[in-house]
Amino acid sequence: MRVTLLYFASLRQALGVERETVELPPDVDTTSRVRAWLRTRGDAWAGALAEGRNVRAAVDQRMAFAETKVADGSEVAFFPPVTGG
Amino acid sequence: MTIVVKVQTEDFDVAGELSALRVGKPEVGALASFIGIVRDVNETANDEARVGTRISTLTLEHYPGMTERSIAAICEEACSRWSLFDVTVVHRYGTLAPTDQIVLVATSSAHRGDALDACGFIMDFLKTQAPFWKKESTSDGERWVDARASDDDALERWHERAV
Repeated sequence: MRVTLLYFASLRQALGVERETVELPPDVDTTSRVRAWLRTRGDAWAGALAEGRNVRAAVDQRMAFAETKVADGSEVAFFPPVTGG
Repeated sequence: MTIVVKVQTEDFDVAGELSALRVGKPEVGALASFIGIVRDVNETANDEARVGTRISTLTLEHYPGMTERSIAAICEEACSRWSLFDVTVVHRYGTLAPTDQIVLVATSSAHRGDALDACGFIMDFLKTQAPFWKKESTSDGERWVDARASDDDALERWHERAV
Protein backbone atom coordinates (compact mmCIF):
# COMPACT_ATOMS: atom_id res chain seq x y z
CA MET A 1 0.00 0.00 0.00
CA ARG A 2 1.04 3.55 -0.74
CA VAL A 3 1.23 6.18 2.00
CA THR A 4 2.55 9.70 2.46
CA LEU A 5 5.04 10.14 5.30
CA LEU A 6 5.70 13.49 6.96
CA TYR A 7 8.40 14.41 9.48
CA PHE A 8 8.46 17.49 11.68
CA ALA A 9 10.81 19.58 13.80
CA SER A 10 13.96 17.87 15.20
CA LEU A 11 12.99 14.60 13.49
CA ARG A 12 12.76 16.29 10.07
CA GLN A 13 16.12 17.90 10.73
CA ALA A 14 17.78 14.62 11.80
CA LEU A 15 16.40 12.67 8.83
CA GLY A 16 16.80 15.40 6.22
CA VAL A 17 13.35 14.56 4.81
CA GLU A 18 10.15 16.56 5.13
CA ARG A 19 7.72 14.54 3.03
CA GLU A 20 7.81 11.39 0.92
CA THR A 21 5.48 8.88 -0.65
CA VAL A 22 6.39 5.22 -0.09
CA GLU A 23 5.10 1.78 -0.95
CA LEU A 24 4.82 -0.23 2.28
CA PRO A 25 5.12 -4.02 2.47
CA PRO A 26 1.71 -5.64 3.19
CA ASP A 27 2.51 -6.51 6.82
CA VAL A 28 3.57 -2.93 7.68
CA ASP A 29 0.09 -1.79 8.70
CA THR A 30 0.44 0.09 12.03
CA THR A 31 2.40 3.21 13.01
CA SER A 32 4.82 1.16 15.12
CA ARG A 33 5.45 -1.19 12.17
CA VAL A 34 6.03 1.76 9.83
CA ARG A 35 8.47 3.15 12.36
CA ALA A 36 10.31 -0.20 12.62
CA TRP A 37 10.38 -0.48 8.81
CA LEU A 38 11.90 3.01 8.54
CA ARG A 39 14.61 2.07 11.06
CA THR A 40 16.00 -0.45 8.56
CA ARG A 41 16.96 2.41 6.22
CA GLY A 42 20.24 3.13 8.02
CA ASP A 43 21.92 4.66 11.04
CA ALA A 44 20.25 8.08 10.93
CA TRP A 45 16.82 6.41 10.76
CA ALA A 46 17.63 3.74 13.35
CA GLY A 47 18.82 6.44 15.74
CA ALA A 48 16.10 9.05 15.27
CA LEU A 49 13.28 6.48 15.40
CA ALA A 50 14.87 4.16 18.01
CA GLU A 51 12.38 2.38 20.27
CA GLY A 52 13.39 4.30 23.38
CA ARG A 53 12.91 7.67 21.68
CA ASN A 54 9.81 9.67 22.44
CA VAL A 55 8.44 9.90 18.92
CA ARG A 56 4.74 10.64 18.38
CA ALA A 57 2.70 9.68 15.35
CA ALA A 58 -0.43 10.94 13.64
CA VAL A 59 -2.51 9.16 11.01
CA ASP A 60 -4.60 11.33 8.70
CA GLN A 61 -3.93 14.32 10.97
CA ARG A 62 -5.18 12.68 14.17
CA MET A 63 -2.93 11.72 17.08
CA ALA A 64 -2.17 8.01 16.80
CA PHE A 65 -0.92 5.20 19.02
CA ALA A 66 1.57 2.41 18.28
CA GLU A 67 -1.21 0.09 17.16
CA THR A 68 -3.15 2.64 15.08
CA LYS A 69 -3.82 1.17 11.63
CA VAL A 70 -2.31 2.64 8.50
CA ALA A 71 -4.32 2.23 5.29
CA ASP A 72 -3.69 2.75 1.59
CA GLY A 73 -3.58 6.50 0.95
CA SER A 74 -2.99 7.40 4.62
CA GLU A 75 -0.97 10.43 5.64
CA VAL A 76 1.34 9.27 8.44
CA ALA A 77 3.34 11.85 10.38
CA PHE A 78 6.15 11.35 12.89
CA PHE A 79 7.31 14.07 15.26
CA PRO A 80 8.74 14.79 18.72
CA PRO A 81 6.43 15.70 21.65
CA VAL A 82 4.77 19.03 20.89
CA THR A 83 5.93 22.31 22.48
CA GLY A 84 3.48 24.98 21.38
CA GLY A 85 1.56 27.56 23.37
CA MET B 1 -21.82 29.31 19.63
CA THR B 2 -18.86 30.09 17.41
CA ILE B 3 -15.39 28.58 17.53
CA VAL B 4 -12.76 30.60 15.66
CA VAL B 5 -9.28 29.12 15.19
CA LYS B 6 -6.55 31.07 13.41
CA VAL B 7 -3.01 29.81 12.83
CA GLN B 8 -0.99 32.60 11.28
CA THR B 9 2.40 34.30 11.07
CA GLU B 10 0.98 37.81 11.63
CA ASP B 11 0.58 39.39 15.05
CA PHE B 12 -2.94 39.68 16.46
CA ASP B 13 -4.89 42.53 18.03
CA VAL B 14 -6.08 41.40 21.46
CA ALA B 15 -8.58 44.24 21.91
CA GLY B 16 -10.11 43.55 18.52
CA GLU B 17 -10.38 39.82 19.14
CA LEU B 18 -11.98 40.35 22.56
CA SER B 19 -14.42 42.96 21.23
CA ALA B 20 -15.64 40.43 18.69
CA LEU B 21 -16.71 38.15 21.58
CA ARG B 22 -18.59 40.95 23.37
CA VAL B 23 -20.01 43.62 21.04
CA GLY B 24 -23.62 42.97 20.10
CA LYS B 25 -23.86 39.99 22.47
CA PRO B 26 -25.76 41.18 25.57
CA GLU B 27 -25.95 37.61 26.94
CA VAL B 28 -22.18 37.63 27.62
CA GLY B 29 -21.37 38.29 31.27
CA ALA B 30 -17.79 37.06 31.33
CA LEU B 31 -14.87 37.14 28.96
CA ALA B 32 -11.66 35.30 29.91
CA SER B 33 -8.41 35.42 27.98
CA PHE B 34 -4.86 34.14 28.08
CA ILE B 35 -1.97 35.53 26.05
CA GLY B 36 1.30 33.61 25.70
CA ILE B 37 4.42 35.74 25.19
CA VAL B 38 7.98 34.93 24.07
CA ARG B 39 10.33 35.13 27.10
CA ASP B 40 13.95 36.10 26.69
CA VAL B 41 15.33 33.65 29.25
CA ASN B 42 15.21 29.88 29.07
CA GLU B 43 14.28 28.61 32.53
CA THR B 44 13.30 25.13 31.58
CA ALA B 45 16.02 23.50 29.50
CA ASN B 46 16.64 19.86 30.44
CA ASP B 47 20.33 20.66 30.02
CA GLU B 48 21.24 22.72 33.10
CA ALA B 49 24.06 24.56 31.34
CA ARG B 50 21.47 26.18 29.12
CA VAL B 51 19.23 27.47 31.87
CA GLY B 52 19.39 31.25 31.87
CA THR B 53 20.65 31.50 28.31
CA ARG B 54 19.29 34.57 26.52
CA ILE B 55 16.95 33.79 23.66
CA SER B 56 17.27 36.01 20.61
CA THR B 57 14.51 34.42 18.54
CA LEU B 58 11.97 31.63 18.81
CA THR B 59 10.82 29.84 15.66
CA LEU B 60 7.57 27.87 15.70
CA GLU B 61 6.90 25.08 13.25
CA HIS B 62 3.46 23.46 12.88
CA TYR B 63 1.57 20.80 10.97
CA PRO B 64 -0.77 22.70 8.62
CA GLY B 65 -4.21 21.17 8.69
CA MET B 66 -3.73 18.99 11.75
CA THR B 67 -2.92 22.02 13.91
CA GLU B 68 -6.20 23.78 13.10
CA ARG B 69 -8.17 20.54 13.43
CA SER B 70 -6.61 19.65 16.77
CA ILE B 71 -7.22 23.12 18.28
CA ALA B 72 -10.83 23.06 17.06
CA ALA B 73 -11.33 19.63 18.69
CA ILE B 74 -9.97 20.97 22.00
CA CYS B 75 -12.36 23.95 21.80
CA GLU B 76 -15.28 21.63 21.06
CA GLU B 77 -14.38 19.53 24.09
CA ALA B 78 -14.32 22.71 26.22
CA CYS B 79 -17.76 23.67 24.88
CA SER B 80 -19.11 20.26 25.90
CA ARG B 81 -17.72 20.64 29.43
CA TRP B 82 -18.67 24.26 30.14
CA SER B 83 -21.45 26.61 29.20
CA LEU B 84 -19.75 28.90 26.68
CA PHE B 85 -20.91 31.32 24.01
CA ASP B 86 -17.82 31.77 21.86
CA VAL B 87 -14.21 30.61 21.76
CA THR B 88 -11.35 32.23 19.84
CA VAL B 89 -7.83 30.80 19.56
CA VAL B 90 -5.10 32.57 17.59
CA HIS B 91 -1.68 30.90 17.45
CA ARG B 92 1.28 32.25 15.53
CA TYR B 93 4.08 30.35 13.79
CA GLY B 94 7.31 31.45 12.15
CA THR B 95 10.10 33.43 13.78
CA LEU B 96 9.25 35.54 16.85
CA ALA B 97 11.29 37.67 19.24
CA PRO B 98 11.08 38.21 23.03
CA THR B 99 7.98 40.21 24.04
CA ASP B 100 6.11 39.04 20.91
CA GLN B 101 2.68 37.49 21.38
CA ILE B 102 2.50 33.78 20.54
CA VAL B 103 -1.00 32.68 21.42
CA LEU B 104 -4.40 34.04 22.43
CA VAL B 105 -7.17 31.96 23.97
CA ALA B 106 -10.43 33.79 24.67
CA THR B 107 -13.72 32.38 25.97
CA SER B 108 -17.06 34.01 26.68
CA SER B 109 -19.86 32.82 28.93
CA ALA B 110 -22.63 34.13 31.16
CA HIS B 111 -20.52 33.83 34.33
CA ARG B 112 -16.81 33.91 35.09
CA GLY B 113 -16.38 30.33 36.31
CA ASP B 114 -17.11 28.75 32.94
CA ALA B 115 -15.06 31.28 30.98
CA LEU B 116 -12.01 31.04 33.26
CA ASP B 117 -12.00 27.23 33.55
CA ALA B 118 -12.53 26.70 29.83
CA CYS B 119 -9.71 29.13 29.01
CA GLY B 120 -7.29 27.22 31.27
CA PHE B 121 -8.44 23.86 29.91
CA ILE B 122 -7.95 24.91 26.28
CA MET B 123 -4.48 26.28 27.01
CA ASP B 124 -3.38 23.15 28.92
CA PHE B 125 -4.55 20.83 26.15
CA LEU B 126 -3.18 23.04 23.38
CA LYS B 127 0.29 22.85 24.95
CA THR B 128 0.33 19.05 24.96
CA GLN B 129 -1.85 18.13 21.95
CA ALA B 130 -1.60 20.76 19.21
CA PRO B 131 1.26 20.05 16.79
CA PHE B 132 3.60 23.00 17.26
CA TRP B 133 7.33 22.80 17.89
CA LYS B 134 9.59 25.58 19.17
CA LYS B 135 13.21 26.14 18.22
CA GLU B 136 15.23 28.63 20.26
CA SER B 137 18.05 30.66 18.86
CA THR B 138 20.61 31.87 21.41
CA SER B 139 24.21 33.09 21.32
CA ASP B 140 25.18 29.38 21.63
CA GLY B 141 23.28 28.41 18.51
CA GLU B 142 19.93 26.81 17.87
CA ARG B 143 18.11 24.08 19.73
CA TRP B 144 14.68 22.48 19.71
CA VAL B 145 12.76 23.10 22.93
CA ASP B 146 12.12 19.97 25.03
CA ALA B 147 8.59 19.08 26.05
CA ARG B 148 8.03 19.67 29.78
CA ALA B 149 6.69 17.05 32.17
CA SER B 150 4.90 19.85 34.05
CA ASP B 151 2.75 20.43 30.95
CA ASP B 152 1.55 16.83 31.09
CA ASP B 153 0.97 17.22 34.83
CA ALA B 154 -1.22 20.24 34.11
CA LEU B 155 -3.66 17.97 32.28
CA GLU B 156 -4.23 15.85 35.36
CA ARG B 157 -6.34 18.49 37.05
CA TRP B 158 -8.87 18.27 34.23
CA HIS B 159 -9.13 14.49 34.48
CA GLU B 160 -9.73 14.67 38.22
CA ARG B 161 -12.57 17.13 37.74
CA ALA B 162 -15.42 15.45 35.96
CA VAL B 163 -17.57 18.38 34.90
